[in-house]
Amino acid sequence: MNQFQYVRPTKQKAAIDALAKDANAQIIAGGTNLIDLMKRGVMAPQKLVDINKLPLNKIERDGSNTRIGALALNGVVAEDKLVLEKHPLLAQALNAGASAQLRNMATVGGNMLQRTRCHYFYDTALPCNKREPGSGCGALEGFNRMHAIFGFSDKCIAVHPSDMSVALVALDATVLVSGPKGDRRIPFIDFHRLPGDTPQKDTNLEPGELITAVDIPDAPFTKNVHYLKVRERASYAFALVSVAAALNIENNTIKDARLAMGGVAHKPWRLTEAEKSLVGKPATEETFRQAAEVAMRGAKAFKYNQYKLKLAPNSIVQALKTAAAVA
Amino acid sequence: MKEQSPKQSGAIGEPMNRVDGRLKVTGAAKYSAEYELPGLVHGVLVGSTITKGTIKSIDTRQAERAPGVLAVITYLNSPKVPGFAERDHPAEPPTAGQPLRVFHDNKVLFNDQPIAIVVADTLERARYAASLVKTQYDQDKHQTNLEANLDKGFLPVQAKKNPKSPLADYQRGEVDAYKNGATKLEAEYVIPTEMHNPMELQAIIAHWEAPDKLTVYDKTQAVMGTQRAFAKDWGIPEANVKVIATFVGGAFGNGLHNWPHETAAIIAAKKTGRPVKVVLTREQMFTMVGYRPYTWQKIGMSATPDGKLTAITHESVGQTSSYEQFTESTLQQTRMMYTSPNVTTRYRIASLDVSTPIWMRGPGEATGAFALESAIDEMAYAVNMDPLEFRVRNHTDTDPDNGKPWSTKYLKECFQMGAERIGWKNRKQQPGAVRAGDWLVGYGMGVGTFGAHRGAATVRARLQKNGQLVLQSATTDIGPGTGTAMVQIAATTLGMPPEKITFQLGNSTFPQAPSQGGSSTVNTVGAAVQDACIALRKKLQQLASATPNGAAFNAAKPEDIVISEGHLSLASDKLAKAAYADLLKQNNEAEVEVVTESKPGNDRDKYSMYSYSVHFVQVHVHPLTGEVRVKKIISCADAGTIINQKTAGNQMMGGAVGGIGMALTEGAVIDDRFGRYVTKDLADYHVPVHADAPNMEFAFVNKPDPHVNALGTKGIGEIAIIGMAPAIANAVFNATGKRIRELPITPDKLI
Repeated sequence: MNQFQYVRPTKQKAAIDALAKDANAQIIAGGTNLIDLMKRGVMAPQKLVDINKLPLNKIERDGSNTRIGALALNGVVAEDKLVLEKHPLLAQALNAGASAQLRNMATVGGNMLQRTRCHYFYDTALPCNKREPGSGCGALEGFNRMHAIFGFSDKCIAVHPSDMSVALVALDATVLVSGPKGDRRIPFIDFHRLPGDTPQKDTNLEPGELITAVDIPDAPFTKNVHYLKVRERASYAFALVSVAAALNIENNTIKDARLAMGGVAHKPWRLTEAEKSLVGKPATEETFRQAAEVAMRGAKAFKYNQYKLKLAPNSIVQALKTAAAVA
Repeated sequence: MKEQSPKQSGAIGEPMNRVDGRLKVTGAAKYSAEYELPGLVHGVLVGSTITKGTIKSIDTRQAERAPGVLAVITYLNSPKVPGFAERDHPAEPPTAGQPLRVFHDNKVLFNDQPIAIVVADTLERARYAASLVKTQYDQDKHQTNLEANLDKGFLPVQAKKNPKSPLADYQRGEVDAYKNGATKLEAEYVIPTEMHNPMELQAIIAHWEAPDKLTVYDKTQAVMGTQRAFAKDWGIPEANVKVIATFVGGAFGNGLHNWPHETAAIIAAKKTGRPVKVVLTREQMFTMVGYRPYTWQKIGMSATPDGKLTAITHESVGQTSSYEQFTESTLQQTRMMYTSPNVTTRYRIASLDVSTPIWMRGPGEATGAFALESAIDEMAYAVNMDPLEFRVRNHTDTDPDNGKPWSTKYLKECFQMGAERIGWKNRKQQPGAVRAGDWLVGYGMGVGTFGAHRGAATVRARLQKNGQLVLQSATTDIGPGTGTAMVQIAATTLGMPPEKITFQLGNSTFPQAPSQGGSSTVNTVGAAVQDACIALRKKLQQLASATPNGAAFNAAKPEDIVISEGHLSLASDKLAKAAYADLLKQNNEAEVEVVTESKPGNDRDKYSMYSYSVHFVQVHVHPLTGEVRVKKIISCADAGTIINQKTAGNQMMGGAVGGIGMALTEGAVIDDRFGRYVTKDLADYHVPVHADAPNMEFAFVNKPDPHVNALGTKGIGEIAIIGMAPAIANAVFNATGKRIRELPITPDKLI
């Protein structure tokens, strides 16, 4: 990797200053993704701003929200009593990600900022508009087995690899950020971007902005939830497709629903129309099939990911069945 | 060693703990990259980014100016390797052709071919400088897709020269007789390129101790083969090349060839005058050290309505590189496993613009068995017969390939043991008939076989004054527990406690032994250890005969002699004792030593010798998501005498997990537009993880084969994986009714 400067501020403001001053600076927290990318020459920051000394790792109540600090470790959040009690879907999604070793290093903020695992992004000898704008999309006519079926552009068909983010988008989370112009709140659904013409931009963070926390509002999704991750081995693999399903069922009628998919788009893919189609219906396989059909509207596949057009709706049905405990 | 739990006698068969277990788990075992040499520097390879063509220009100036850089070596400034110019065949590759001549010319023969090595004082500086080497190419059109080049398959040179070569076309009975069969099937099978991906990355430290004296600490399965190869490359005597491979962190075959990074390190050490360490990256493990080749197969098969096989035709085309002809025995099992009176096999290879494959665990046979054992299952269904019953009905008591009797064959015992343990009677012939909650349940089986090979080896046995026995042989241990097995063989032969015995390996200065490969190490070196210990015992007996108690020893049978604490005694006569000190004094030495060579006898001409395995599996398949979970594995093996029940079980377990990977998860993919691998790390190339490995049980027939060697061993390493992938594929069929003939069986193929 290249030589780089390294700073480890102890104050949030100093961290933001360090980031804002240098366009080529990167935050490092757990480093579970960035270090790999630097070793392969995919990213070459001139400066690393290590934020591990900032007091951002608390998990606490804030009114009717659970607030999770950006530096809270994935492994800690997944085991946290508050999270398990109020947002079990999040705990399930976290535990579906990576390995125990990685979860013990990776942070909540870093998880959201993971780069895609697209093969063409990872290999500097191959074209990739995300890594090198204008070089072309290697995946479009290449080995696109893992790639998007929603929201892609002709510049990029990569998917976002996070499991945690799929649960957070389903749970209506909000991202708290702090930057040179002050603090702001970004609804999770607007945090990640679709590729459009600027696939190099994964998120709507502005230069110099730092994620400080995530807020998750209380909601009656504590019992009938399930995070289903379909992958090619039983653990430690990125999702072919994943589904975050949360239901509020009363007297076998669905009063409210949250549904999102991973592994299908450049961002965690919230399925609001499918959610609406579930409300007021009985919790049956038939209802779930109809919702899956709604969810898949507009999906389009490439040469090697045709299977996702079937795997995705099947997985939605299975996730909802498990969430609702329907045999 | 102290950790050897309560009183292990070291008797053959005992599940003794590994003699080097403590060293390995505490990190004290030294692997190739871990030697600290004064002045050691680091080499990082630069790989080509095109697949075929020539280097037009290579700009190393920026890299040379980078901090800490000692040298940037390319074909333009590389020290010339004498063997490259002089011979067509500088290093006698383990397969036909011309191994890659590193930094020899400007030709690019595959993507990520090493075209430069950057040497710097630290690894990070070398890695950074390597990123600064700028290369321009003249690109030629390349071919990397086997299935698009099946028509270019050709007969390997060995088969052209010798029609009796096992690689030549084979015919028993009528040609392609299956076409006229009563019940017949015809199907194609594909296995993708699979990578060995051992945990330890390939690594070497090359050190020229003098201009004509080379020492390498090298991850290899063949210290002597490596010694010969580098001596020829550099035109120096073999004795001037020392190869150390004391510990090898898994290899599965990819240490059976010498690879470009090894020569690159030696060249860099020559150029800089410093010891140079090169450790491949995980991505380089996909292009620089071989792999199980992408292989297309076709089987035609016919049977009578009552389940007797009448004909099998089995064809295969495997990929090789443009510069070496890699071959493996893909079709051997088809020739010898079943009674079928008509068998046709045709083996071809096709040259692509890729790096050279190399044998990977169960080489060839694992590939061939996937097709054969899948077809057998399919044929059993075609005649509506239980696949186990079908195999029993077509069992053969002599080798139909050559008419010879088997040395030993306990396959039917394996069938019985495995069927009972898996609960085969719970299987339903009708696919999809058994469920467990949401999941479909399926049972499947597959048979594996591998030749019980034995070569020649020499062992030195030295009894020291302190009562320690040191054994030496230039074999290696890539993980099966070779040292442990050898200690047990010696302990049993000499009646000594195992903690008094050390087996030293992985050093080319030790007496000759072949590579560790082909499940043959215990057959070969184990037999040599036994012979050396018998020779030592005889020598001690002679010496003892001349001691005050000599008469008793003189008359004793050799096997009566016991080597115990500080003295020799007789099992039959507790009073007969001779102290080592006296024996050694007789010998006028500080130690008693024998060096013996052992070779296979001529039983090999009279018998067909094979190990056998039968794998029974139970899988669950999710009908909506297509996920397959292997829930239970029972593997039973007829591998002759089992030297150590624990390490033998370890080998079976490793093979079973490898078989799960082959069946369900592994496959390296090239984007043919670029000729470049796109799944080349452990995130994208899925070796099974713990959660993929179910409860596994292993059972051994454990009956000696008197014809392979006096120990009665036949070999385990390969049969542990051969037949596992079809067992899983057959179980998936039993669960779903879907016959998947292209590995790996990923969820997309089942929904």
